[in-house]
Amino acid sequence: MLRRIFAVFAARNREFVRDRGSMAWNIVLPVMLVLGLSYAFGGDGRDQYTIGVLQDSAEIDSAQHPFLGTRFVEFVPVQDEALALRKVAHHQLDLLVSFDATPRYWVNPESPKGYFAERLLLQSDSAIANNISKNIVDGQEISYADWVLPGILGMNMMFSCLFGVGYVVVRYRKNGFLKRLRATPLQPREFIIAQVSSRLVLILAITIFVYTGTHLLLDTRMEGSYFALLLVATLGAICLIALGLLVSARVTSEELAGGLLNMISWPMMMLSGVWFSLEGANPIVQGMSRIFPLTHVLDAARAIMLDGAGLADVLPNILVLVVLCIVFLGIAAAVFRWSPD
Amino acid sequence: MRHIQVAAVRRIRYSCTLFQLSAHPLMPPALEARNLVKHYPGVVAVDDVSFAVPQGSCFGLLGPNGAGKTTTVEIIEGVTPATAGEVWYMGEPAGERFRQEVGIQFQATALQDHITVRETLEMFHRLYDRRADLAEVIKACSLQDLLNRDNRKLSGGQRQRLFLAVALVNQPRLVFMDEPTTGLDPQARRNFWDLVKTIKSRGTTVILTTHYMDEAQVLCDEIAIMDHGKIVTQGTPDALLQERYPGIIIELPLADIVGDLDSLEHRVIEDLGIVEVISADVSGTLERLQPLISDFNNIKIRQPNLEDLFLDLTGHTLRA
Repeated sequence: MLRRIFAVFAARNREFVRDRGSMAWNIVLPVMLVLGLSYAFGGDGRDQYTIGVLQDSAEIDSAQHPFLGTRFVEFVPVQDEALALRKVAHHQLDLLVSFDATPRYWVNPESPKGYFAERLLLQSDSAIANNISKNIVDGQEISYADWVLPGILGMNMMFSCLFGVGYVVVRYRKNGFLKRLRATPLQPREFIIAQVSSRLVLILAITIFVYTGTHLLLDTRMEGSYFALLLVATLGAICLIALGLLVSARVTSEELAGGLLNMISWPMMMLSGVWFSLEGANPIVQGMSRIFPLTHVLDAARAIMLDGAGLADVLPNILVLVVLCIVFLGIAAAVFRWSPD
Repeated sequence: MRHIQVAAVRRIRYSCTLFQLSAHPLMPPALEARNLVKHYPGVVAVDDVSFAVPQGSCFGLLGPNGAGKTTTVEIIEGVTPATAGEVWYMGEPAGERFRQEVGIQFQATALQDHITVRETLEMFHRLYDRRADLAEVIKACSLQDLLNRDNRKLSGGQRQRLFLAVALVNQPRLVFMDEPTTGLDPQARRNFWDLVKTIKSRGTTVILTTHYMDEAQVLCDEIAIMDHGKIVTQGTPDALLQERYPGIIIELPLADIVGDLDSLEHRVIEDLGIVEVISADVSGTLERLQPLISDFNNIKIRQPNLEDLFLDLTGHTLRA
């Protein structure tokens, strides 16, 4: 069994590595995106302040306090104080305010925008300036490059896994290569294991290569353990490969496969937090985003890379990924067909 | 020229017969197809097909395009599920042993891109527990000079040789070849026939589907002709021809006929503009034809062949 799996695994690796166009694109695209987006959004591109408002409600009520009516400021309702404080520490929120019975605010003294946001708050109402309590939050700024790097690596992984496996399997089926394999002692599960292993090794190698390159180039942040990050990336890649196999398990048309894969990949890219955070978005949209494996990969990866989270902290994401892997692989193996009929 | 070809055919068939005689009479057939049926929506592609192939023989499944021969073979190979029927291999239902011991050359298939001939062979070689000496397979299929060539850069004949080599990597006891020479030039076809003869000479059973009657005549010990999903006749080529044509064929241009041929057994092939008279007594028939045709110089005399039989049984002209 292992000999057969390795034979198909090795042949698929050779096929991918020698397809220089695809190989180069898998490496060049994410690097270009990270560099381009860091340049575009890394400086003072934002023309407004972002201030978190600690409250139970999901809606900001500007009548609650005159400060909440300040123009050119984005007020974001937050319920999770610990998460909000991490964001203040990392300059992702310029200020955190609470206008409950005991008015308070939190600011990172090292944040220039936090300084101006604090001035705005204190000048908005002379009464509150004497009553509100100030809290200091320490932490280093997270640049946009720091934040977007996991997203772009995840997106690259998603496209490579979904299309690199799903599309290829459909092509194999359409041109008769799967029929040829079916006439050998190779079992469907062996073929699936070989495909998953091949793409996993390749995508992890590419991801590590791109991460290392951008990390060295942009000095991006890494607070947690590389092992935890590798574990999350591995589980995420297996999950996405399995999803690609599931889509391609019976499809014989490349056009249909392309449509199905786009139908999955685009919402996943938009809603998993690749480019922007969904905090403050409609709760239904936030809930929907949790069904995508990429959301859990990125949440866990950012927690590890930016906040120094350990495996225990990202365990819920890991468990979801493990369950999704089992479900996708199980269904893909059950419904897989070598050829139509 | 035709006499030389016929003599060669007989010599080959003689050697195969010797091989078959050496087989034990109680040996089970290499393959048995039992009452195979395949329905597609609105179409019966295979309609109760049964046959047995003795070990060490070459069995030809012939038929026009759409006759059901590829579907029949793919059911036997296990790549297309049958609606009904059974396949037995070496006296037992076809199963894992069948997959290990059978080699298949598909009519239409593809290999991976960016992979060389050597790597392709090595990959398929590793899929089997029972394996041939790869160097021998490469030599037998004349692939020595192509080993480092990308699969995509092979000519039609080279690809067919590679497909055959892939079918031989497990030292098969039974090889399927589905229209292996379609699209090849005459030289490549003849080279391929030599390869098949070599495989046969080693005692390997061969099942060949083709619509080239000359190919079947050269290679096959027994043939079955299929049409509309059924087998319409089956037997050795010689026996079938002798049964159907008790004599030789005298071919006349239709335009030269000036009299009534009703007293002679004949058939008119309007597409080709000829009349064929079948006769066991050539000189007597020629005498009777003399007053009935305008130009005696256009007469051709030839042995009946499988193409005649095919035409008679299926009513189809052959399409390459």
